[in-house]
Amino acid sequence: MTIASNSLTEAPAESRVTAGVSQGDVSDFFALLKPRVMFLVVFTALVGMVVVHPDVNPVLAFASLLMIAVGGGASGCLNMWWDADIDAVMTRTRKRPIPAGKIQPGEALAFGLTLSAGSVIVLGLASNWLAAGLLAFTIFFYVVVYSMWLKRSTPQNIVIGGAAGALPPIVAQAAVTGHVGWESVILFAIIFIWTPPHFWALALVKSGDYERAGIPMMPNVAGPDSTRRQILAYTILLAPLGLAPVLYGFGGLAYAIIATIGGLGMLALAAQVYRLREGEPAMRVAQQLFGFSILYLFLLFATLLAEHGLGFFRPVMG
Amino acid sequence: MVDQIPPPRLTPEEQKRRRKRSLVIALTLGALVVLFYVVTIAKMGPQVLQRPL
Repeated sequence: MTIASNSLTEAPAESRVTAGVSQGDVSDFFALLKPRVMFLVVFTALVGMVVVHPDVNPVLAFASLLMIAVGGGASGCLNMWWDADIDAVMTRTRKRPIPAGKIQPGEALAFGLTLSAGSVIVLGLASNWLAAGLLAFTIFFYVVVYSMWLKRSTPQNIVIGGAAGALPPIVAQAAVTGHVGWESVILFAIIFIWTPPHFWALALVKSGDYERAGIPMMPNVAGPDSTRRQILAYTILLAPLGLAPVLYGFGGLAYAIIATIGGLGMLALAAQVYRLREGEPAMRVAQQLFGFSILYLFLLFATLLAEHGLGFFRPVMG
Repeated sequence: MVDQIPPPRLTPEEQKRRRKRSLVIALTLGALVVLFYVVTIAKMGPQVLQRPL
């Protein structure tokens, strides 16, 4: 954090600032919550809720979902606080509020800790303490285990750290049922196995950025060829795993079709990434895999949401 | 006699941002009050309003 602190004491050049006074706009504080990640957290958590058709008051389900969203945002905020030094040297992240000098690290830390504690306590009061404990564990895992420990020390960072991003469906199911069922565990497994090919495709394209920031991403440590091999291996696992909800009876006909086509699309792109290793075509196909992986996960979860939330469910098994 | 530290003089832009932040904090606190109220009613049911006078 030393580099970040040194660079952040410099005031923004465009205007005079008063010492000790927050320069952050409301939108800067909102940006600290990583709104796009927060949307994914809410979306996957909502699916984790609806697939079990819980007998729960909608107000309590909404309050639980809101607190899971706030908890997800809080962990993003704490991640930005910790990673401000590396965010400042990466093109993708240098405009974030802390490296841009709009918010002081101490403000982000206080904001993140307050939201973390608040979201866990309110979730416990609104639903149950199992869900609250799981949310606290998710925040801890993302901030301490992933951000503080794994991210800068091992190329397996996003593999293990991916568990934090995969936990929201489990927290959500615990919030509305009081226990953790296999539906949410399967959703967890899908997101968990999806994470490496998704992030490593981006890491292949942005390897220079990660190199500059000193983050040991797989392409920088094991090399692009090994990364391509591992992307293909994880995608071979992911494609059939995407069909697991059908086998377990909560993925219907529409889901089976989407998961099959999407899985084949992921496999085709991963095979292309494995095959094309040089120059612009290699970068382009890696970028395509990154983009398609987002669409793939979104479609899987959106289809489950439509089947269970809107009544489109047509069973395939039994 | 304790020396008073004068409050910092804010630029108009800083004042505007502070006002906006304060407004959002106030709205958030109001939303939390509503949230706690509806969660209480949802958890305890309408009988929470019935009590001996």
